[in-house]
Amino acid sequence: MAAPLGAEEAYLPWRVENFAIEAPLGGLRGDAVRGRAIAASREKGNCIACHLMPIPEHPMHGTLAPPLFGAGARLSAGELRLRVVDEKVVNPETIMPAFYRDPGRYHRPHPEFATTILTAQEVEDVVAYLVTLK
Amino acid sequence: MTRVLIMVLTALLPLPSLAWEKPVSGYAYLPEQMQAMQDDSFENPGMFTVEEGGVLFHTPGYNGNSCVGCHGEGGSRLDARAIARYPVFSPEHQGPLTLQQRINDCREHHLDEFPLTYDEPDLIRLETFVRHLARGEKVNVDVSGPLRPWHESGKALYHTRIGQLDMACHHCHDRYVDLNLRDQVLNQGHSNAFPAHRLLIGDISSLHGKFRDCYATLRAMPHEVGSEEFIALEVYLNARGNGLPIETPGIRR
Ligand code: HEC
Ligand code: HEC
Repeated sequence: MAAPLGAEEAYLPWRVENFAIEAPLGGLRGDAVRGRAIAASREKGNCIACHLMPIPEHPMHGTLAPPLFGAGARLSAGELRLRVVDEKVVNPETIMPAFYRDPGRYHRPHPEFATTILTAQEVEDVVAYLVTLK
Repeated sequence: MTRVLIMVLTALLPLPSLAWEKPVSGYAYLPEQMQAMQDDSFENPGMFTVEEGGVLFHTPGYNGNSCVGCHGEGGSRLDARAIARYPVFSPEHQGPLTLQQRINDCREHHLDEFPLTYDEPDLIRLETFVRHLARGEKVNVDVSGPLRPWHESGKALYHTRIGQLDMACHHCHDRYVDLNLRDQVLNQGHSNAFPAHRLLIGDISSLHGKFRDCYATLRAMPHEVGSEEFIALEVYLNARGNGLPIETPGIRR
């Protein structure tokens, strides 16, 4: 069931096959430059909180998750998309937040954060960036 | 398919449920400057709260009694070992009694005062004063007896994913201890420094106040201070840190 996401955007369903989401969310096209900024931003992806990434202008990167150098060589676009959308499909025990999960499934969500963490466009931007990490 | 299998297996590998065997205080993770600030009574801004609490401790209540009447000048007749045992099981309440509730009960029964609401500033001041009397005493909460059910439900809360980030306390404070989360090294998340002076807010923070902060970090709806949930979490967390020295008032970020 799709939860309401505020006026601007409805939650879009997605489908997993072979540990990948092949179809871009909403058929949107990502922008790698924007994706890189989202990965570094504390309010958005904050991926570097956990992962070491080639984003040297931010000095402090997390060490608790695998470094993402070469992620685009290891994983296909569809596999990367699933990991950003909902890593729990791959590993139910993971600490990694699901950046695009049905907000109706959150436990005790704060009312100000009752949306997906990233919008569909932002997910596609991040995926477009990850693909460039060869 | 093998590729998928390998991916799944490697994802499962680095996941010990508990990354530590012996409790280590958050103190060990502080920069030297903050450790020095905590250790020096004159530099430690939390000592201001201790003093305020001391004044309240000596102030007569509605019936003219003060805490001093039972517990001596400066709390001289309070036993540090007893303070270190909180929360304790209270037969009267048929449940856990936190140090703060104990103090509130004393005010009500022995000073004839109206009870204060949980975490009201005066109550935090008194709690800080009293717990400071047990500074250095080892936390020693007995959860083998009647407190056990509360310990279990606190433990369950500690392992429950919450909020938009959908993480549990357990993830950061059990599993990934000593690793970096952006610019912070994850500590074991113990309660022995609380009430603690937090530099970010420039004020004393109760343990339940810290819990509300943790919930906010995970973008989750916090429970109320003094709620059954947070009291259970306090039982679990204090017992989880049994053996650690009480540091009240600790200095934290
Ligand atoms: C709170 C920690 C955390 C955050 C934040 C986080 N991740 Fe992860 N991520 C992990 C962990 C831990 C793993 C290892 C596998 C697992 O636990 O499922 C992982 C795995 C991955 C993988 C698979 C890596 C591989 O080589 O197989 C990718 C890709 C990934 N993350 C991308 C991202 C992106 C992009 C973001 C931000 C939009 C992000 N992560 C945010 C913790 C995190
Ligand atoms: C995303 C990671 C993360 C999660 C999840 C998390 N914490 Fe923390 N916690 C931290 C960090 C980082 C600190 C250290 C902050 C500092 O420097 O003072 C901390 C500090 C603490 C402390 C103080 C420890 C000390 O010695 O000062 C307590 C208590 C605590 N957390 C409890 C909790 C509880 C309870 C939960 C769940 C509701 C929780 N934490 C969830 C990251 C986390």
